[in-house]
Amino acid sequence: MNLTAIKAIYNAEMKRFWSTIGQSIVSPVISTSLYFVVFGSAIGSRIDQVEGIDYGTFIVPGMMMFALLTQSVSNASFGIFFQKFTGTMYEILSAPVSSTEILLGFVGAAASKSFIIGSIILITSNFFVDLHIQHPIIMLTFFILTCLSFSLLGFIIGLWADNFEKLQIVPLLIITPLVFLGGSFYSINMLPEIWQSISLFNPVLYLVSGFRWSFFGVSDVNITLSLIFIGLFLSTCVGIVWWMFRTGYKLRS
Amino acid sequence: MSAIIQIQNVSKTYNNGHQALHSINLDIKKGEILSLLGPNGAGKTTLISIICGLVNKSSGSILIDNFDNTTHYRQAREKIGLVPQELHLGMFDKVWNTLRYSRGLFGKKADDAYLDQLLKDLSLHDKKNEEMRNLSGGMKRRVLIAKALAHQPEILFLDEPTAGVDVELRKDMWQIVDKLRQSGVTIILTTHYIEEAEAIADRVGVINQGKIILLDETKAIMKRLGKKHMHLELQTPLSQLPDTLKALNFEMSEDGASLYYHFKNQKEYANIPKLLKAVTDCDILINELHTSKSSLEDIFVNLVTNEK
Ligand SMILES: Nc1ncnc2c1ncn2[C@@H]1O[C@H](COP(=O)(O)OP(=O)(O)O)[C@@H](O)[C@H]1O
Ligand SMILES: [Mg+2]
Repeated sequence: MNLTAIKAIYNAEMKRFWSTIGQSIVSPVISTSLYFVVFGSAIGSRIDQVEGIDYGTFIVPGMMMFALLTQSVSNASFGIFFQKFTGTMYEILSAPVSSTEILLGFVGAAASKSFIIGSIILITSNFFVDLHIQHPIIMLTFFILTCLSFSLLGFIIGLWADNFEKLQIVPLLIITPLVFLGGSFYSINMLPEIWQSISLFNPVLYLVSGFRWSFFGVSDVNITLSLIFIGLFLSTCVGIVWWMFRTGYKLRS
Repeated sequence: MSAIIQIQNVSKTYNNGHQALHSINLDIKKGEILSLLGPNGAGKTTLISIICGLVNKSSGSILIDNFDNTTHYRQAREKIGLVPQELHLGMFDKVWNTLRYSRGLFGKKADDAYLDQLLKDLSLHDKKNEEMRNLSGGMKRRVLIAKALAHQPEILFLDEPTAGVDVELRKDMWQIVDKLRQSGVTIILTTHYIEEAEAIADRVGVINQGKIILLDETKAIMKRLGKKHMHLELQTPLSQLPDTLKALNFEMSEDGASLYYHFKNQKEYANIPKLLKAVTDCDILINELHTSKSSLEDIFVNLVTNEK
């Protein structure tokens, strides 16, 4: 294992984050605060409680999930795409670095960024609502697995994309809608029955629901299902990446 | 000298069906400067990319210091530094950071003293904290060289190091290469300038359409290929070529304003005074004298016709 190389890639990827640390911290703080103003106050004044939980508190896990999913995908896909796009990838390819090491460097950095952003959202939320996490270990497991698996997905997208359109299209057309429709800001029990059934096909629902369960002990779907889902998703991403590396897909012609 | 790189029957067909390399065989000696000379599209970059691990070969084998470059890619790649043809640099990266990154990628422990010295050797030390986007093209090329040397490789590949570089910088580059060779680094550079190959290489491999068509000591190659021409611009055009000059194999341009002479080999250069005297003896006044060497294109025409 070329640990020095993993560290080099990791640090280089994190550098952008640290070099704009002010921005990196401020923007999740602002967006979180805005969510509380818009969803918490405006809507929350009409919806008192969801499943026995104060609406403002209820949206915290969904809000975190929303940020984790979008940030992980965009950070990881951009990191690898950017190197391909500028041609600087040549150096990594010519170095004594295995595909797994490249992966660990890029995905590790993207997942770390998401983790930091998620934590900032959690801390900020604490100023607005009273949070009490019922199952902290499961919460942390979900938190980390989500950062990792969606950074992996981002990495796959970044490898696959050979232009900016492709880079944008998956987050824009698939991930964002799925997250919005996945019960991030509501419980699916609030939907008409037909939409409840349709929602069950939305993978993001299982994530949000499981994450919410770790906070409050209530969920739309069974927590075991949620854990199985995130495990399956992670394995699928690992499988795809393994195949891409084995075939040299879009890295080495 | 032993071969530090052994290339055996390496072929490459790209996914679009284009065959860029046809069964290349080449041994590169430890400590030498080898120049791969060939026109655009000859396959120089493809060959280098395969050796360095950027491109997968379709068949054949490559040994770097006896390590197979695919099955033992770590040991093989550790020994190699690559300066790519294009200026691939992160525009917002600082010189110093990017060097430390390069060294780290190759798994080497940080060694700031070495990197500092490297920057000094490449006259980059005052640019240490500069961002890439603020550097000139020549400086960027130097940074790429510094990056390639950051892990102290035994072998350095330079892909067209002087393409688009002005004359002065080109000379600088040759000096850098020479210094590196003295420190024992094996250097492989590609170029489509015949003068460049002649100026710095110990051996030259001529590559065309994916095949190495000639490989020899630089001197021997130049003797065969580097034909010189002399061109005399006359003050007053001639109506016809004097017989004495015709006998010496001079040629006249159609308008009679120029005389040409083609040297058959380097030894003939010694005849220049005699040739000029023959011209002045005919009461012909010379305005200007030019000499030029055959271009790469001439050489290929020559080689191909010689093969037939
Ligand atoms: N990725 C690629 N896919 C398809 N063809 C390529 C690729 N890279 C290079 N080629 C083709 O292979 C040939 C050799 O290219 P290259 O090795 O870059 O030549 P050189 O460096 O000598 O100019 C050219 O005809 C080029 O168009
Ligand atoms: Mg080239």
